[in-house]
Amino acid sequence: MSDELLNVVNLVKNFQVRRTRNSGSKKRTVQAVTNVSFSINRGQTLGLVGESGSGKTTVGRCILRLIEPTSGQVEFDGEDLGSMKFEELRATRRKMQIVFQDPFASLDPKMTVGSSIAEPLIVQGVPGDHNDKVFELLELVGLSVDHASRFPHEFSGGQRQRIGIARALALNPALIILDEPVSALDVSIQAGILNLFEDLQKKLGISYLFIAHDLSVVRHIADRIAVMYLGKIVEIGDRDSVFDHPTHPYTKALLSAVPVTDPKVERLRSRVTLEGEVPSPMNPPSGCRFRTRCWKAQDICAQQEPVLELRATSQMSACHFPES
Amino acid sequence: MAEKILQIRNLRVTFETPFGQVFAVRGVDLDVEEGELLGVVGESGSGKSVTFLAAIGLLSSRARVTGSVVLQGEELIGKTPQQMRSVRGRLMAMIFQDPLSALNPVHRVGKQIVEMLQSHQNLTNKQAATRAVELLDLVGIPQPEQRSNQYPHEFSGGMRQRVVIAIAIANNPKLLIADEPTTALDVTVQAQILEVIKRVQQQFGTAVVLITHDLGVIARVADRVDVMYAGRNVEQGLVDNLYDHPSHPYTRGLLSSIPQAGKDRLTPIRGFPPNMMSPPSGCAFRTRCEFAEPSCEVDIPELKMFNDLQTACLRAHQLPSFQVRQ
Repeated sequence: MSDELLNVVNLVKNFQVRRTRNSGSKKRTVQAVTNVSFSINRGQTLGLVGESGSGKTTVGRCILRLIEPTSGQVEFDGEDLGSMKFEELRATRRKMQIVFQDPFASLDPKMTVGSSIAEPLIVQGVPGDHNDKVFELLELVGLSVDHASRFPHEFSGGQRQRIGIARALALNPALIILDEPVSALDVSIQAGILNLFEDLQKKLGISYLFIAHDLSVVRHIADRIAVMYLGKIVEIGDRDSVFDHPTHPYTKALLSAVPVTDPKVERLRSRVTLEGEVPSPMNPPSGCRFRTRCWKAQDICAQQEPVLELRATSQMSACHFPES
Repeated sequence: MAEKILQIRNLRVTFETPFGQVFAVRGVDLDVEEGELLGVVGESGSGKSVTFLAAIGLLSSRARVTGSVVLQGEELIGKTPQQMRSVRGRLMAMIFQDPLSALNPVHRVGKQIVEMLQSHQNLTNKQAATRAVELLDLVGIPQPEQRSNQYPHEFSGGMRQRVVIAIAIANNPKLLIADEPTTALDVTVQAQILEVIKRVQQQFGTAVVLITHDLGVIARVADRVDVMYAGRNVEQGLVDNLYDHPSHPYTRGLLSSIPQAGKDRLTPIRGFPPNMMSPPSGCAFRTRCEFAEPSCEVDIPELKMFNDLQTACLRAHQLPSFQVRQ
């Protein structure tokens, strides 16, 4: 068994946009994800960060083939998911689950918590009475056995997210994709959920793809970090090297934009404030996609697309003028 | 000591609902000093937005508001809607989380600023239009002249929030209330908007109340902080003191919950916020507090000076010292 659980190679997802009056007869394409490659080891967490429109959620959904990638490969446990027939894919999906951002929308209001948690077991045809398993899962995520017969509306946001996590754990997955799992929660509740993710990983050896826009949360939970900008990974590496020595100007700016919860530190920090906003993925800038907001941009950045290059041990970034 | 521009005393807001009364704000005391940036922090349902919606007179008639809100010596509670309309925009203005719903989609943004200017000042159309362009420039919108002729949908989220700020400060109000102004924005854009707000405060001496759930945002821009829980203030003080040695167990709990570099394990606050239809007796935080004792059930703690901070905790002086930075 190799260490590598998930391997994503050159993943591309383009969305065709409906013709509008203004676009004429030309078909327009949103390049949501362009040539994204990364891997996740067993029992590890990769944090995928980026601003809205960076394509991080699309990456997560392409991995599960909830949406079909345009091209590229997704290997899970050494098997290529793209070439699988539906039945095979369904069997493999037992081992990969997802938890969504909105704990209110991701549970059926008319199903009891117990039947929501048991549903994956039924769908996958696991034989027998699922009650014991449901009780075990409820306790695993810090809820109590008598919650099984209640309905989602009786629970707070944090508790609902725990229910969603219990459901994701039902089939003993090897990988869980966590798509902004704590961004709808208040900080005092969020902390408990983050601790739960850590405990479950320790106990069950699960790998996480943790998708989030909140860098302090990702820093806390991830082993490795990938930073996306307009559909591409601009920097990827070990958590501490990326956070302590960012080599891509965007990573640097992003880290500098996040406020630290210490007023004294805030006052002394030198800050890079980016101008403008993320351009449209319908018409991304030529060359380096970040160049329109980058303070280091030169002519070459418009002409030649930078590729990911090794900057330090297991840290790569795509920039013609990397930070040192 | 700086002059107080806004004084809120024993403010209470109760909503009548088909299921019973919701006690959203339960006796808030708060001062805003001239020219300061006050951060108001609390989690969902803590009453932080409702407090200021009540102050500015934007709650529906279903809300029962009692207590006192004094703006520059003028009592606002009990004013008629017409009277409040002359206060809003002129003396104080408010901006919200979602800039798109704050703008009128069928009017050019320039016109919307002009409308605000002319409703409080005697300006000709030309004067007002010129001023509108100046305001857009001031909040950092490039090519303000062209942009003032565009519609809200032609602006990005961050640019819309700038337009909203331009409208809010058009009549140079004494007080700007910003309710989660950056929550819907990406961090790089959030940083830009916070700079605009800080600039407004510093350049015009406008007092700003920044309502947010993000303690990082407050650490970056605020001079003073007010922490709210279950419809009451639980702690107030200068930003350095509050982050350095918080006394209230809730403030401590919030700071311990936040992921920070070098922190190994987070300490969440146990339980969850109370149902505001039946908040706990006495100190509302006692049900989640590790230091609660029987007396906390009886007496509602008032803000008292302790260790450079105003803290509403009966046991503040008995608590062990607190270390945020690990």
